Amino acid sequence: MKFAARIIALLTLLTLLAACNSTSVDSTAPAASTYIQNKGSDTIVNLALAWAEAYQSVLPEVRISVTGGGSGTGLTALISGTVDIANASRKIKDEEIAAAEANGIEPVEHVIARDAIAVIVNPQNPINQLSLEDIARIYRGEVSNWSELGGEDRPIVRLSRETNSGTHVYFLEEVVRLGDPENKEIFSADTLLLPSSEGIIAEVSDNPNAIGYDGLGYVTHEVKMLAVTASADKPYVLPSVESVNNGQYPISRDLYMYTRADAPQTVLEYLAWIVSPEAQKIVTRLGFVPILVKTAGK
Amino acid sequence: MEMVKGERWITWIIRISGYSSILFVSLILIFLAREGLPALGKVPLGDLFGTRWYPIESYFGIWPLIFGSVLVTVGALLIGIPFGIGTAVYLSELAPSWIKNILKPVIEILAGLPSVVLGFLGIQLVAPSFREFLNLPTGLTAFTGAVLLGFIAIPTIVSISEDALNTVPNMYRQGAMALGANHWQTIWGVTVPAARSGLLTAVMLGVGRAIGETMAVMMVTGNAPVLPHSWNALFLPARTMTATIASEMGEVATGSDHYHVLFFIGIVLFLISLAVNLTASSLALRSKKRAERLLS
Repeated sequence: MKFAARIIALLTLLTLLAACNSTSVDSTAPAASTYIQNKGSDTIVNLALAWAEAYQSVLPEVRISVTGGGSGTGLTALISGTVDIANASRKIKDEEIAAAEANGIEPVEHVIARDAIAVIVNPQNPINQLSLEDIARIYRGEVSNWSELGGEDRPIVRLSRETNSGTHVYFLEEVVRLGDPENKEIFSADTLLLPSSEGIIAEVSDNPNAIGYDGLGYVTHEVKMLAVTASADKPYVLPSVESVNNGQYPISRDLYMYTRADAPQTVLEYLAWIVSPEAQKIVTRLGFVPILVKTAGK
Repeated sequence: MEMVKGERWITWIIRISGYSSILFVSLILIFLAREGLPALGKVPLGDLFGTRWYPIESYFGIWPLIFGSVLVTVGALLIGIPFGIGTAVYLSELAPSWIKNILKPVIEILAGLPSVVLGFLGIQLVAPSFREFLNLPTGLTAFTGAVLLGFIAIPTIVSISEDALNTVPNMYRQGAMALGANHWQTIWGVTVPAARSGLLTAVMLGVGRAIGETMAVMMVTGNAPVLPHSWNALFLPARTMTATIASEMGEVATGSDHYHVLFFIGIVLFLISLAVNLTASSLALRSKKRAERLLS
């Protein structure tokens, strides 16, 4: 029975180890809710990571894990109760609110920054400005050669984010449909749907035929941003922190974090810190647009 | 003979692990059917087999996705079969042993490359150079995906083909040589036909590898759900079934029409691989019977 004895010894050892482990966890963690799960929009993921990192120096005992996946992914996780904060680059949908309430969760909205969508082309492309109408016609498939817009005789290659991206839905509603809720136009079928922001930047910087769109925070110097106007009687405006903040740039939006109404105190403290001037400085650094803090007195 | 007690235990463990694969496959099947078949009731058949895929507005036409997968897979095989079988023939029939000792491990490394790495190379190198050399509007095309998939399928095809060629008895080659056939005639007329069923298995496993591959394809094919009109479509963007499931499953609300349709695509994918496997085994069986007839 040497074998059985060995197994018993092993089991005893494992139990002891487990016991050691649990006591050590108890001694270092003062409360259960110091671990914040934060998930959602890929547009926000870099910003959320930077905030989580900076918050380490504010409150070292709070640990925040940040993951991307898309606004829908984050909100679905909030609805199913697996995350504390869902990042979203669009407003929560009515059916998502209904699903959350069916699950006993009341979602609460917090505006945490602003974002502008830049329309980008290859630096070799001579086009510098387009109206929203022109961009809509390109993406609906009504215009397929750059020469029709005064550019070179080249085919237009349309690039878009995947349909699970909040940026995609926002661009569909505000640009392809020009903000008209009755409009049921959709992207041309031959629009390339790329799985990441980086994929779009890579293809646009490489391909003189391409047009793409991306959050202002992701645009690099390898691509050229277009000046955009909402209508012919207004000036063409390049996206920038200033033009978004003063409302001149037409394709800009609010970014959100959603929590449950009965969120733990640590989560609420974190969100209060996020809208503080200190945290909003990080927003500017990452190319997003900071929200105006009410206490600033402006 | 009386079995030792320990031996009986081991037999049982092995037996259970053998049966468990049947159990797993049937569980997967049941799950797929449970989640996927409701799509037939929720989405009208005409819409499901429509020509437009845009799920966030309830366009659930899966034809562009089926054609996208078929296009990319056929393209991959056009590249993978000649290169794969050619490499296997070279390794087993022609290569001196020192080259063989270098080539075999290298091919095994190729088999171990994660497809996301190949996809990254595809975006950075393959797609831009195809766009320039072939003068395409964009390099993110079905063809780019097919080339990468060909490379992913080649190691599978090579190692199984080589095994099949190695099992051809040396007597066959010697017999052919004795009849005056040269090296090439021996390979083409005797060795390759004798290993036919093994080569077919290799190709079919290659098909399986190619049609199920997701990551590399998602990165380089452009994912535009266009219904191909001609073979020209090989040089235009395409969207495969696997890439669609992978990129949309994470976001979809459980129980929605879109969710069921994604599982339905899974069923279609499963049926395609089943058809491929059945064809392969029936072909292999037929050639075996013929060989038995000849020998008897």
